[in-house]
Amino acid sequence: MPQTNRSLTINGDTYEFSGDPRTSLLDFLRRDCGLTGTKKGCDHGQCGSCTVIVNGQRINSCLSLAVMHDGDAITTIEGLGTPDDLSPLQAAFVKHDAYQCGYCTPGQICSAQAMLEEAKAGWPSFVSDDLDGEVKLTREEISERMSGNICRCAAYSNIVEAILETMEAGE
Amino acid sequence: MTTRSMDAPDTRNLLDHTAQGVIGKPLDRPDGPAKVTGRATYAAEHDIPNCAEGVLVLASISKGEVLGFDEEEVLALPGVIAVISDERMIARSAQGGANEAPVQKVRNVEYFGQPIALVVAETGPQAQHAAERLKVRYRVEDRDNVAINPDEAKAEPHKEPTIQGDIDHAMKEAAHAVDLTYTTQGQVSAAMEMHASIAEWDGHTLTAHSSLQMLNYNINELADALDLEPERVRLISRYVGGGFGSKLGIAAELVAASVAAIELGRPVRVVMTRRQVFECVIRRSETEQRLRLGTDADGRLTAFGHEARVSNLPGEKFAEPVTQASKFLYAGHNRKLAINLARIHRVTAGSVRAPGEAVGMQALEAAMDELANAVGIDPVELRLRNIPERHPTMDIPYSSRKLAECLHVAAERFGWDGSDRRPAQRREGDWWIGTGMASAARVHNLANAQARVTLQADGTAIVASDMTDIGTGTYTVLRQIAAEMLGLDPENVLVRLGDTDFPPGPGSGGSHGAASTGSAVQLACETIRDRLVERLGCKPDELTLKDGFATCGNRRAAYPDLLQGADIEEIGKFEVGKIKGQYSTAMYGAFFTEVAVNAWSGETRVRRMTGAFGIGRALNEKTALSQCIGGMAWGIGQALTEQLMFDRRDGHIVNPDLAEYHVPVNLDVPDLDAVLVEERDPAASPLQAKGVGELGICGAGGAICNAIYHATGVRVRDFPITPDKLIAQLPDV
Ligand code: FES
Ligand code: FES
Repeated sequence: MPQTNRSLTINGDTYEFSGDPRTSLLDFLRRDCGLTGTKKGCDHGQCGSCTVIVNGQRINSCLSLAVMHDGDAITTIEGLGTPDDLSPLQAAFVKHDAYQCGYCTPGQICSAQAMLEEAKAGWPSFVSDDLDGEVKLTREEISERMSGNICRCAAYSNIVEAILETMEAGE
Repeated sequence: MTTRSMDAPDTRNLLDHTAQGVIGKPLDRPDGPAKVTGRATYAAEHDIPNCAEGVLVLASISKGEVLGFDEEEVLALPGVIAVISDERMIARSAQGGANEAPVQKVRNVEYFGQPIALVVAETGPQAQHAAERLKVRYRVEDRDNVAINPDEAKAEPHKEPTIQGDIDHAMKEAAHAVDLTYTTQGQVSAAMEMHASIAEWDGHTLTAHSSLQMLNYNINELADALDLEPERVRLISRYVGGGFGSKLGIAAELVAASVAAIELGRPVRVVMTRRQVFECVIRRSETEQRLRLGTDADGRLTAFGHEARVSNLPGEKFAEPVTQASKFLYAGHNRKLAINLARIHRVTAGSVRAPGEAVGMQALEAAMDELANAVGIDPVELRLRNIPERHPTMDIPYSSRKLAECLHVAAERFGWDGSDRRPAQRREGDWWIGTGMASAARVHNLANAQARVTLQADGTAIVASDMTDIGTGTYTVLRQIAAEMLGLDPENVLVRLGDTDFPPGPGSGGSHGAASTGSAVQLACETIRDRLVERLGCKPDELTLKDGFATCGNRRAAYPDLLQGADIEEIGKFEVGKIKGQYSTAMYGAFFTEVAVNAWSGETRVRRMTGAFGIGRALNEKTALSQCIGGMAWGIGQALTEQLMFDRRDGHIVNPDLAEYHVPVNLDVPDLDAVLVEERDPAASPLQAKGVGELGICGAGGAICNAIYHATGVRVRDFPITPDKLIAQLPDV
């Protein structure tokens, strides 16, 4: 078997990966690192439950192999806050009941966290009127940018509400 | 233990006479912080040492027999431990409330995608690889002998139809009448957490972490499958990543993991792939529904016919109860309601959120819109004119019913104008704009339940039940009931759920969980209150409990002082009793929506949607509204995008994943506006509460269909209303 030693920084801690090269980043997090906050809803890049932040960008961790992340800085839901010290987004999700079963929720929150940065950096979306210039995160913009994260409980209206509030508080 | 049977409406209305003032309040969920930080542990996520990994193997034929497996080849692969195809494993999911094992003969294949074996290995990738490599030898049944599509089987009547008066005659005599056929395609629950179980066997007891809705039944289903006494089985489901019916009964992965754990003497985890969840768990049957509605000159129903054809596998007792709300919702003396069931070889049909009403109300409410147009009146007015005084066939009274209020409240919030319903009148650029409405109705269910409440010597309380919280808010509402009854800050009440070691209840299904188990919690608390009265030596009606203090006359004591180091523990055993059948009890509501249909592509976007709902007492306004908006979004999916597609040749699902089976995503759902109408229903439960988990879907898709017609003048009677069904008929721009 090929040598697969890799070193990843996850939530500030160093993890070594030397396992089966077929292991997805998602399975590495869930099985080998014990970081089960990142969820598996499809394993095929269709639902967004497995969203984590890699070097500042959100990705579907099920579509990525652990071996590809040597030297990368990864943030999972566990790295954003704790039950006693919630991040602003996490607190807003609780306040607005932006979840029900909670299974899609870590992915939603990681996704939203990175999405807010994308907007700040001026990335346009499918519903943006203008491809250049500042992005104003309207309800519609947020909905579009969060459409890669399925919530079958369909807490969508509340998810948008929670993100809007977090965004406004941060301005 | 205190047992109480509900034999008459409970008009004591206890929760409005307690002092704490937390019932109904929109408190945050106590399980919230764990969920938003990724610390809530779902079935597959328990860290169990030495756990092997299993992957199910599903049949790739529609009917026949498994003759054998070439297991040597995969057993030689790295890490592979075993290939198991055992007579205890189950070939189908158990139906909700089955309480016994479903069909078990896994080698006798009855549908494409049926589980036939389990491959176990040291790691997940090894097991997955081996499962894909496993060669299966089959005897394949001749396709000509196998009915796979509903039109290849003769439909037989399921249960006695309701026949009253003479509907044929009434239709002929009616001043206005419509006779329509609507169809709906198959659907799935698609809960975000895929079915998952970890089983451990200690030589005597089987313990499983599993993603389940109704543990009290599931324990008997699993015990029956394994041929163990239920006392030797324990199920744990503290967090469940959605169910929507798909986890009512046990599914193949739980039994396979259990058999493997017993055989191998080590823990085994089995998680279905998304594709497997589609292929072998539960589908909602497709339906074909004939609706015959006839009225007098004023739009009062004289004829009401609703006949449906649905399907299921041979041997299954379940038939989608399409006409459930049609039995009680509207008037019409001459009635015919019937369900016909076709036996076909496709994955098991069972309960998906709001079985019956989800599809029945969708079609009925669209037909009512067509009727309103035929009569020439506001569709809201048509509904208002047809609210019956007594149940149309059983001649029993209704309990509390807020249909008219919901219609008024929602119409007002939405800004409904029903005076001119001519279609295709409004266009904004490339988009045709229209509005539509529908009633909501869902039958109320209530079930026997037990719960244990402990008022601890330190003045805090613990509630314990095998009830589950599948996102419905059970942790939240049981905490509020106990806090209200015992006069405690909700922060001082801990709710423990999802473990068969706790007292049994009906579980989460049919919207009956909160009302049933909540009534048991209330009963246990009543007994604790009696114990406090004894200690204080006063009359029961003098007792006030608030903020951890008991007050009686001029005596006031903090619980720790009153309890003197001893807990008070009580089990409430709630029984449904003679109330059943005395009243027609249901939840009601109304939907109003505005859609835009693209004049060129036929794409429909829902722009606005308002729902008003009467659910009896809301136990927590916030979680109740979340259930409502969740249901409304499901209505959008049902109306526009969700459909299982089966290959007519072999019955395999062509779109078994979330890329091809389209559930609504964030941008598909507008900012939903849901509101609760104040209600207490003393016949529904001692809490005056009814159910809320399913109501939001029941009729929602009909409102969208009606809005599309109003926007474009095109009436599509085959759900989902995808662009291809609209495009050819759209008016010229
Ligand atoms: S699990 Fe990765 S997108 Fe669904
Ligand atoms: S909270 Fe259940 S899927 Fe989003």
